[in-house]
Amino acid sequence: MRSKSRSAALAVLCAGVLAFAACGSDDSSEGSGGTTTITWWHNSNNEPGMGYYEQVAKDFESDHPGVKIEISAMAHEDMVDKLDAAFQSGDIPDIYMERGGGELADHVDAGMVRDLSDDASDEIDKIGGSVGGWQIDGKTYALPFSLGVVGVWYNTELFDQAGITAPPTTMDEWYDDIAKIKDAGITPISVGAGDKWPAAHYWYYTALRSCPEDVLKDAVTSLDFSDPCFVKAGEVVEDLLATDPFNKGFLTTKAQEGATSASGLLATGKVAMEMQGHWEPGVMQGLTDDGKGLGEKTGWFPFPAVEDGQGDPADALGGGDAWAVSEDAPDEAVDFVKYLLSDKVQQGFASNDMGLPTNPAANDSVSDSALAGVLKARDDAPFVQLYFDTAFGASVGGAMNDEIALLFAGDASPQDVVDATQQAADAEQ
Amino acid sequence: MTDEDVALSTTSTPLGGATRRDQRRVASRPLGSGWRQRLEIAFFVTPALALMAVFVVWPIVSAVRMSFYRWKGFGPMDDFIGIDNYRYVLSDDVFTGAVTHNFIIVFASILIQLPLGLAVALLLNRRIHGQGLLRTIVFVPYVLAEVIAGVVWYQLLQPESGVIDGLISAVGLTPPEQGFLGTPGLALGTVFVVLTWKYLGLAILLFLAGLQGVPHDLFEAAQLDGASWWQVQRRIAIPLLGPTIRTWCFLSMIGSLQLFDMVWILTGGGPANATTTMATYLINQGTGRHNYGIAGAASVILFVIGFLMALIYQVFVLRRDTTVER
Repeated sequence: MRSKSRSAALAVLCAGVLAFAACGSDDSSEGSGGTTTITWWHNSNNEPGMGYYEQVAKDFESDHPGVKIEISAMAHEDMVDKLDAAFQSGDIPDIYMERGGGELADHVDAGMVRDLSDDASDEIDKIGGSVGGWQIDGKTYALPFSLGVVGVWYNTELFDQAGITAPPTTMDEWYDDIAKIKDAGITPISVGAGDKWPAAHYWYYTALRSCPEDVLKDAVTSLDFSDPCFVKAGEVVEDLLATDPFNKGFLTTKAQEGATSASGLLATGKVAMEMQGHWEPGVMQGLTDDGKGLGEKTGWFPFPAVEDGQGDPADALGGGDAWAVSEDAPDEAVDFVKYLLSDKVQQGFASNDMGLPTNPAANDSVSDSALAGVLKARDDAPFVQLYFDTAFGASVGGAMNDEIALLFAGDASPQDVVDATQQAADAEQ
Repeated sequence: MTDEDVALSTTSTPLGGATRRDQRRVASRPLGSGWRQRLEIAFFVTPALALMAVFVVWPIVSAVRMSFYRWKGFGPMDDFIGIDNYRYVLSDDVFTGAVTHNFIIVFASILIQLPLGLAVALLLNRRIHGQGLLRTIVFVPYVLAEVIAGVVWYQLLQPESGVIDGLISAVGLTPPEQGFLGTPGLALGTVFVVLTWKYLGLAILLFLAGLQGVPHDLFEAAQLDGASWWQVQRRIAIPLLGPTIRTWCFLSMIGSLQLFDMVWILTGGGPANATTTMATYLINQGTGRHNYGIAGAASVILFVIGFLMALIYQVFVLRRDTTVER
C-alpha cells in the first residue's frame, strides 16, 4: 500500500511537471522489448479479492507472452477520485470500472470509451439482459462483471431476541418490527447519512415502490419528475423517519469506514439492520477483527412493499460494475476483459464472495447463503432500476442526494427533494 | 570572486546605480557585463518563477476560465455561459450559508482564541516550575497532523459510544440526543471548539515569542515604580505585543476563510449543511457533482473575498506596524 501511495504522489508530481517537460513515457502500450503493458485499475483492495485478481493477471500473462498487466488496487472512493482526475487529464487506464448510466454516457460522448460490441459479442450474448445498463444507442461500451441489488441486511440473532419470526414484507410490518426491536433495547437500523448516498437509497427505493415502471424509465431520459409519485416517495421516507429507527447521530455517520460507520455498527452487533448493496458482507468482513463480519448471523430481505404503491414489489434497486476499455488501449486489453468475463474467472470471482457474477455459468459458485438470496432476488426481479444518482449523472444525482440528506435531517420536505432534483435537471438541458 | 557572488550581492543591494558601478569596478568587468548580469538574474530566478507559474498562476487562470463554462470535468470546455455560474453560486442558499459559517469562524477565532491565547502566553511567560514542559504540552495539538486530530476528535465525539458522551453521562448530565456533531445547532460550535484546541498552541507560541522581544528593562522599571503584575501586563506587555497580535489575527483570518480539512473529517459539511464552508462547497460541487464551472466560480469568489480582506487588513491594520519600522 505504501509504495502505491508513493507512486501516486509521483504521478501527481509528474502531471505537474508534464506541462514543461515529459516526465518519462506515460503511454502504456508498446514497451521497449516488444512487450505490451496494460494498466488495470480495480477496487478489490482487500483479500481474498486482491490476491485473486493478481493470480488472474498472472495466468493471463503466461498464456499471452509479451503482455504485462500493471494492476492498481485501490479503495473504492480513492479509485473514483483518481478516475475523475484521469478523465480530466485524458491519461486513462487501459481497463477500468464503469458504473453505467449518466456517467458512462458522458464518457462515451467525450470519446474516451472503446466500443466492445463486435470484439466481445460472445460475452455480451452470454451475459444477456444485464449488459443493457452499459449500452448506448445499441452499442456496448463495458462488460458488467458484478451486478447486485440493494436490500436490508439484518442480524438474525438480534431479530430472534426481539421475537421477530419472519422478515417484513410491507412497510407497516417493518414499522411493527422496528417497534419490537426498540422494545428489546436494540437500535433498529444504521444509516450512513453523512455520506448521503446511503440515505438517498431509501428514497430511491420508496420511489421505485411508489412509481410505475414506465414513469421511472421516462424520467431517466426526459428528466421530468412532475409525477406525484416522486413526492409520495418522500412522504414514505418521512413516515419511516417518524418511527425514529436510526442509530444516534446518523446524520454524520459514515457509510463503511471503521467500527462507528453504519456497516461497522451492523457488523459489530450494535444495530439490527442496515440497507445496503450486495457488497455488504465483504465490507463487514473487513470491519471485524476476526474477518468474518456477521458470519452465520447474516440475513437479507428485499425492501418492503409500499402501501398503494404503483411499483411491483419484486422490482429491485441495484447497479453493477463493468469493465471498460479506454479508447486508445491496446487490443490485448480487450482480450483480458473477455478473459475476466470467462466462466473460469467469474466462477472464482463468485466463490471468493467478491460480488454477484453476471456470467450465468458462475451462479452456482456463489457459496454464501445470504448472497445466494440476493442473487435470486436479482434474477427474479422483473425490473432492476439503476441507482438514481448513477443513472442521472453526478450533477442531478448529487443535487438529489444532498436534498434527500436534508429530508433525513427534517430540513426539507418531500416536495423540496423533487424541486431540487428538477432544478438540477433543468440546468443540464 | 565568482560570478555568483557578484550577482547575489548586486541583486540584494537595494540602493541601485552607485553600488552597481562600484562593484563593476571591483570586479573589473569588460563592457557588456550588463547583459551577463541580466542573464544571471534570469538564470537564478527562472526556476522559482516557473514553479510559481505552474503551481500558482496557472491554476488560478484555469479556475477563472473554468468559471465561465459549463464543464463536467473532461472533454472539451466549449459551453460558454458567461456569468451564469456566478449567479448560481451567489443565489445558492448553501453557499451563502457557507460564507456565513466562514465569517462566524473568523470572528469567533479572534474574539475567543485571542484573549485565551494571550492569557495563557502571559501566564507561561512568568518564571514557574515546569515552564518548558507546559509550553510543550500547549503546543502539541498544533504539531499533530490535522487529519489525525480530526479523526481522533471524530471518534471522541461519537454519540453513545464516544468518550465525551460517556464523560457527560458519568457526571449525570444528558448528552445531546444525536451527538454533538449530529445536531445541526451544535455542530458548528463543536467544530470551533476542536479548531480552538488545535490552533491555540500557535497563538500562544507566537505571543510568547513576541514577549521575548519586549525589553526586560521596561518590566523592571515598571516594577520599581510600584506597578502590579497586572498593570505591567496591561500597560507594557500587551501594547508592545501589538504587531505580533495583529499578525496572528491576519493568519487566523486567512486560515478561517480557507477552512476545510477539519470540517471535512468531522462533519463533511453536515448535518443539514450546518457546517459547510466555502471550501467544502466547492469540493462538493466540483469533485462531488462534476459541476466544475460552478466550483470554479465559487473558488474565484473565495479568492476575491480572501484577497479583499487581506488587502483591507494590510491597509488599515498592518500598515501601522510597517510604517513604525521605517
